[in-house]
Amino acid sequence: MYRTSHIAYRILHILLPFITFLITAANCAKIDKEANAAQLTNNSTAPAAYGDTLVEGTIGEPSVLIPMLAGDSASQNVASLVINGLVKYDKDLTLVGDLAESWDISKNGLVITFYLKKGVKWTDGVEFTADDVMFGYKTIINEKTPTAYSEDYKQVKKAEVIDRYTFRITYEKPFAPALGSWGNLIVLPKHLLEGKDITKSELGRHPIGMGRFKFLKWTPGQDVVLEANPGYFEGRPYIDRYIYRVIPDPATMFLELKAGGIDWMGLTPIQYTRQANTAYLEKNFKKYRYPVPAYTYMGLNLCLRRETKTGKCIEKHPWFGDKRVRQAIAYAIDKHEIVDGVLFGLGSPATGPYVPNTWPYNPNVKKYDYNPEKAKELLADAGWKDTGIELPHWLPSLFGRMLKWAGWNIKDGVLDKDGRSFEFTILTNQGNTVRINTAVIIQRRLEAVGIKINVRILEWSTFINEFIDKRRFEAVILGWGLGLDPDQYDIWHSGKTKEKEFNFVSYNNPEVDALLEKGRRTFDMEERKKAYFRIHEILAEELPYIFLYVPDATPIVHARFQGIDPAPLIGMGYNIDKWYVPAGQQKHKITQ
Amino acid sequence: MITYLLKRLLEMIPTLFGITIISFFIIQLAPGKPTDVLADLNPKMTPEARERLTKYYNLDKPIHVQYLMWLKRVAKLDFGDSFSTDRRPVWTKIKERLSITILINSLALVLIFAIAIPIGVSSAVHQYSLYDKITTMLVFIGFAIPTFWLALLLMILFGVNLHWLPVSGLKSLGYENLSIMGKIWDSVSHLILPVTLEAFGGLAGISRYMRSNMLEVIRQDYITTARAKGLSERKVIYKHALRNALLPVITLLGLSIPGLIGGSVIFENIFGIPGMGQLFYQSVMMRDYPVIMGILTIGAILTLLGNMLADIGYALTDPRIRAR
Repeated sequence: MYRTSHIAYRILHILLPFITFLITAANCAKIDKEANAAQLTNNSTAPAAYGDTLVEGTIGEPSVLIPMLAGDSASQNVASLVINGLVKYDKDLTLVGDLAESWDISKNGLVITFYLKKGVKWTDGVEFTADDVMFGYKTIINEKTPTAYSEDYKQVKKAEVIDRYTFRITYEKPFAPALGSWGNLIVLPKHLLEGKDITKSELGRHPIGMGRFKFLKWTPGQDVVLEANPGYFEGRPYIDRYIYRVIPDPATMFLELKAGGIDWMGLTPIQYTRQANTAYLEKNFKKYRYPVPAYTYMGLNLCLRRETKTGKCIEKHPWFGDKRVRQAIAYAIDKHEIVDGVLFGLGSPATGPYVPNTWPYNPNVKKYDYNPEKAKELLADAGWKDTGIELPHWLPSLFGRMLKWAGWNIKDGVLDKDGRSFEFTILTNQGNTVRINTAVIIQRRLEAVGIKINVRILEWSTFINEFIDKRRFEAVILGWGLGLDPDQYDIWHSGKTKEKEFNFVSYNNPEVDALLEKGRRTFDMEERKKAYFRIHEILAEELPYIFLYVPDATPIVHARFQGIDPAPLIGMGYNIDKWYVPAGQQKHKITQ
Repeated sequence: MITYLLKRLLEMIPTLFGITIISFFIIQLAPGKPTDVLADLNPKMTPEARERLTKYYNLDKPIHVQYLMWLKRVAKLDFGDSFSTDRRPVWTKIKERLSITILINSLALVLIFAIAIPIGVSSAVHQYSLYDKITTMLVFIGFAIPTFWLALLLMILFGVNLHWLPVSGLKSLGYENLSIMGKIWDSVSHLILPVTLEAFGGLAGISRYMRSNMLEVIRQDYITTARAKGLSERKVIYKHALRNALLPVITLLGLSIPGLIGGSVIFENIFGIPGMGQLFYQSVMMRDYPVIMGILTIGAILTLLGNMLADIGYALTDPRIRAR
């Protein structure tokens, strides 16, 4: 997520394409020659070979490499290469065993027994056993561990180590997202951490794992270097070294890519569509594109007054509380226009809280294709009409505005009801250009149906603390990054409306509450699918949010790397141990 | 002299106190808390977990208590642990970034003084000449041009197109395998662009200052006297005028000392240099109070010391002040 922001950056993003264009145009010929000299062959049939270094560019630096302590994606990225979990998500988003060979779930769904792989070793030579899992579990539920992820594990009633390779947990109630939670958050080397304060441990900076790569070196502010783990239980990765290089500025990172300083980075939409098509880049790099588990939405405040303690809604919002108004807003917004204009087409319109082509996504829900006429109709149904005195058109508009100030109702193209004009403010956070542009497009489209919009940009902390938490907003544009499990209990359940909880629009639908409950209480995939299909259908009909779009990730990787096989949501890192560079094309040799 | 020094040092204590109190209270006025980074809009975060974090950081205590706790630690020369998820000691975090920032800033400072003083002197001597106009224009371009923009242009030219210099960072891949000379060149080549650019932006101030100093001195009676004595113009300018015109520069040098540990966020981000500017910016965005306080306190101490050193330097070099 972008949070850094500065006026200079915004100017930069406007200017950069021009600058890059001017200079590269002048030097195109030269680069072409170099590319020819390199003679890269891109056939994927070249035999796999060991060796070479992969350098990934990142905007943010990892903070701590113990997964349960980290809150940022950079840390999680690196940690996932070093430490494995009991289970992992496969390419098609089903859960498969990782450190667990297999598992049993009791008939009633309350007891999960994991059977661990034998002979897996931490990179310091000690064997990984069920005690390590137990230790991780006990640490994460420990009051003294400052972690944001303890909630899933507090549902566990009893955890026991049956023998060296068997670990059993018992839940109070069946909890479907639980299985996925036994990833690498709860795997810790007991022999290194027992009796120590985890926050003071060296392992946060020099992790010991049993994963595909072994930690080598971390130069603060510059890079984290990992090397292939020769004893990895599924065979050592082909690539010798993986370097996570910190380059805080996306423009610089792109230059580094061209200069050969990095092999892999995430492109911004404008880089992907406009700047990465030079002959040199096309020849030496390969672009990828896949949807990420996230969506951006415009949340409407459905509630006017709340009970202070529970956050329960006492009085519905007179405008947004009406379903017709929300639907009208949805009809008035052209989602395709937003995807094309803001994301340069690198995304897809959202119809609900799930990503297209994933199992909980219901393709047959109500879609709101752009239809301003229908929007006007629905608004008229809800009692919104442009009433008031009609001023002759030759009068300057200032005159009308002055009359309005004085409390007169003027026929001015803005809808009115009960003596109030339909005018509201959309809030969004500073530094996220995509969201700000989205707000501006929405502003224009809603104006066309008679709704006046103000856009206000706020610094992140202020936005969250003063506006979201205190529910002082009419509409917000925000995004949710989702896990791979479709459980969205915290976002939609009517009981989650207290301060700091996430149902901040105060959505309340007993059927959705029941379905959310059902979806997380059964392990039966068909049952779950049915529940989430129905939730998707209801949310698309009722529109507590105006769902806007699902963005795509748009990474670029040097073409010498073979075996890359990206999949929706999970991305491409999941099989990084299978990536390789054919022997003739290897760039970096490691001399010991 | 010694009593004067002692007096100055004693005066620094209440000032420093005041600075830390004001800083500590003001940073708490900004909305948001250090727990936000972990907790905001993270669906896995429950209110209980949030409370746990708040307690962990002692943020539930009244603010004056927090200040006293901070003061107690600082009295033992311990800035505490960072509130960010790595929870490393503040001093470690500052230390690992301090050396590179000081290196770049002092190199740039040397470069600025080495170029700006001759420019200032010569353009004063040739006031209103074409040379004066051109140098004036150049230093002002350096001052006015957005550094990040120029930086990107130079990176494209020297890094991407010509492949003469690295684009960003401090070391190349495979640095460990280089010979000693290779290592030195690798480090130097990474520093060329940032140092040059930083110096370019700083030329205007010093050179203009030097020019006006020099102009003022040249008009003095003792310069006329020197000329009347029949001294060569060279001697008049470099021996009599320059020495006097350089005196105020000492003050400038003293005032530059706190600047040595400060870095520009934009600049460091563009070049991927892990310096103090980035650290400070990130810690402000994350409301990482201990790191913010650590940097502010060190900055305050250096500012006060710099002021004092400037005064001492002045006293040492200027006999008129020494006599008093």
